[in-house]
Amino acid sequence: MAPELSKGACMRSVSPSQWFVKARLTLLAGGLLLGSLTGFAAEEPVLNLYSARHYATDEALYNNFTRATGIKINRVDADDAGILARLKAEGAASPADVILLVDAARLWKGEIDNLFAPVQSPTLLKAVPEHLRAKQRPEGTRWFGLSTRARVIVYDKQKFKPEDVDTYEKLADTKFSGRLCIRSGSHPYNLSLFGAMLEHLGPAATETWLKGLVANLARQPKGGDTDQIKGVASGECGVALANSYYLARLLRSDSAQDKAVVERIGVVFPNQASWGTHVNIAGGAMARHAKHPQNAVAFLNYLVSEQAQMYFADGNNEWPVVKGLSINNPALKAMGGASFKSEKLAASVVGMNQIKVQQMLDRVGLR
Amino acid sequence: MPLFTVLRGFTVWMLVTPVLVVLAAWSQWDAASADVWQGLLHTVLPEYTLTSLWLCLLVALGVVSMGSVSAAAVSLFDFPGRRTLGWLLLLPLAMPAYVVAYAYTDFLQYSGPLQTWLRSHTGWQGALWPDVRSTWGAAVVLSLSLYPYVYLLCRSALAERAPQLMEAARLLGAGLVRRIFRVALPLARPAIAAGLALAMMETLADFGVSSYFGVQTFSTGIYKAWLVMDNRVAAAQLSSFLLLLVAVVLWMEYRAQSRLRFVTRRGASRGHESQALRLHGWHAALAFVLCVLPVLLGFVLPLLIMGHALWVGSQQQALPWAAFVGWFWNSLKLGGISAVLAVGLALVLAHGVRTRPTWWRRFSTHLAGLGYAVPGVVIVVGLLMPVSWVQGRWPESGVGYWLTATLLGVLWAYLVRFIAVALQSIQSGYARIPVSADETARMLGSSGRDVFARVHWPLLRPAAASALLLVWVDVMKELPATLVLRPFNTDTLAVMAYQLARDERLGEAALPSLALVIAGLLPVLLMARAQNPTK
Repeated sequence: MAPELSKGACMRSVSPSQWFVKARLTLLAGGLLLGSLTGFAAEEPVLNLYSARHYATDEALYNNFTRATGIKINRVDADDAGILARLKAEGAASPADVILLVDAARLWKGEIDNLFAPVQSPTLLKAVPEHLRAKQRPEGTRWFGLSTRARVIVYDKQKFKPEDVDTYEKLADTKFSGRLCIRSGSHPYNLSLFGAMLEHLGPAATETWLKGLVANLARQPKGGDTDQIKGVASGECGVALANSYYLARLLRSDSAQDKAVVERIGVVFPNQASWGTHVNIAGGAMARHAKHPQNAVAFLNYLVSEQAQMYFADGNNEWPVVKGLSINNPALKAMGGASFKSEKLAASVVGMNQIKVQQMLDRVGLR
Repeated sequence: MPLFTVLRGFTVWMLVTPVLVVLAAWSQWDAASADVWQGLLHTVLPEYTLTSLWLCLLVALGVVSMGSVSAAAVSLFDFPGRRTLGWLLLLPLAMPAYVVAYAYTDFLQYSGPLQTWLRSHTGWQGALWPDVRSTWGAAVVLSLSLYPYVYLLCRSALAERAPQLMEAARLLGAGLVRRIFRVALPLARPAIAAGLALAMMETLADFGVSSYFGVQTFSTGIYKAWLVMDNRVAAAQLSSFLLLLVAVVLWMEYRAQSRLRFVTRRGASRGHESQALRLHGWHAALAFVLCVLPVLLGFVLPLLIMGHALWVGSQQQALPWAAFVGWFWNSLKLGGISAVLAVGLALVLAHGVRTRPTWWRRFSTHLAGLGYAVPGVVIVVGLLMPVSWVQGRWPESGVGYWLTATLLGVLWAYLVRFIAVALQSIQSGYARIPVSADETARMLGSSGRDVFARVHWPLLRPAAASALLLVWVDVMKELPATLVLRPFNTDTLAVMAYQLARDERLGEAALPSLALVIAGLLPVLLMARAQNPTK
């Protein structure tokens, strides 16, 4: 080696030390190139997930994916707004691959703020109905609904009949004066419902309706949806708004206390004769700067697989977005199964109405 | 000490940046925020302000009365159970206010077990008492969880020298009432003021309790402007009003302290022969009850309620014990690291003010403490906004990644939020060391470093221990910043308690909540032992 080396060095009139530096640089560059090449060829089996789903039972869902694909999931759970803020700050350095959010308006917001990457996946397009995903563009679709939950009306069976509350509009009737219980109007679940109402009724009628709600309140809005349902069962409230999966959880509970609650209440899916019951979307998207895009798409595809969809239905009492699955959840069946008519507004409509709705709430004094 | 100058500069800069970013939001005034402001001014802003002030006033009354009375009882008097109560009174520190709120709501509400039972056994109808979820309820809950700040600081101020001085006053013929108001109270006033300032800032920043109770405070308004209106500028502008309020609190507290520095012109003497006044009969019983009540209401009762919820929950499904070890360890670790950092930095800042109390040093130290009153989410915004700017400007720097993929971001947020706790404690410790002690040491030829190592530090140790404890426990209870800034796979007890409560599974939330209390007890007991002045 040594004679050849000196010969080469002489020929190009490069001193040995310079040659050494050059060789090292070449090696380094080659190594980097090779490294990045292999990086493209096969991603490391990791998926970085930011999730706003806060359901203890989701763990099993993620474990199933790891078992099936060998891809390890790193996870941070936070709330929707926190996740969006974090993504914005991290910018191109963000380690996130997939984002899961639990409110249609926030999904829309993430899309508008350009935090999601377009995804081309025939599987997802086929599985998720058009009104439950972002607008399809040539470069792809930026988010997909994975499950839905309905905003239903719960009433006291001793005081009212189902036809008293078969529309959201009727909640403002004077007959419910001092009877209505809801959680904070500023909670995303209520904001989305009110945003949809704004679209159906127009601003003036919506504000009048909201005033009616305030006039009917049995108590200042406080607590969560379960608190409202329990309020109805205890007689403190006559009617309440609640998300379907909280209700389903009570329906499936073994505790005597919960059974007594269920005994006393009735459930109505409102507006069956008009635009349908308001549903909110929990969905997922690939992060704009995803470092493991293949794994991200694989994970999103997995979430609309039959196994995962059944899991949303049975594990967390949500309605799957995929049609034609035979759901095995007694509570969802008892509430009316998947047969109810649901509202089909685009998430963008609800999302764009949020600020207007909050200002209305401030004007009418709904906390 | 150029090293110290650099360190001090960096510390101040690091702690103040997120707060300044919040203030700088005024420069971004635009049509959208003008619209939000118009809406708020004409509708809810007056209510937010009044409710916040009212809540502050009630909590101030609560923490000062509970904290100073119990501190005076255990340090000035002797009665059966005094020693045990001395550390039992610290226990509510380990109890996050939002857990107390969950517990009392669950127990006392209309559909709760107590009212349901009473109605079915007595035939009474309707609501038997006003809902706990109100401004009054929030004031009670916050007072019960925040009084230990006043108690802890007040007790260590009294325990050092009050018994001797009280005895001297007694020998000079002063009656008990006169002794308390002329001797003990002036001695304790800086500490009470420091504790009260902490409690006030904590109240202003509270979101957990007031949002759960539906109480419309200023923080609620900030959250709505940011999360619902999606207007971070308006949210930051609202926060700057909160900062103004805090600045007033801090200034008043500073005035109280500086006027009372004369109190400690002598170093702590070793007058162990002087005894706390022994109480008998109903006096002893009264002291006992006054000390036991805060412990019962702020710790034992909520603990029992959550324990019951846990027991009911465990009947229905198996509890995830294995995951706990991880949550528990993460909580302890984050708390410990940030407590040590916070106390270290607070020592640097306070020492700077002590050695050369220039206008700038005092001001910047106060500025650094402002973060305590800023709702956690706002700090997150203040911290993320400059980072995202740097990240956008120099994409290859990867700042955004380092902030959240490591512990850096979350530790930074903790320090911004809780440095005030450490500063309060250390500075009120410094206030009790007479400046003449420094001067004497310097005249005897000690270097600046010697003065710190041989005069300040030995006298500051109890204050540093309190600071360490307070920050440790506070960090473990912290939620918004932990939620948003923590790296992958580091769930803590507070995060899990919140996630489960958010999913309206109070029964399951009881487990991490109780574990949080137990994890919080470790440092509380450790420090109670280390600096037990009543032994």
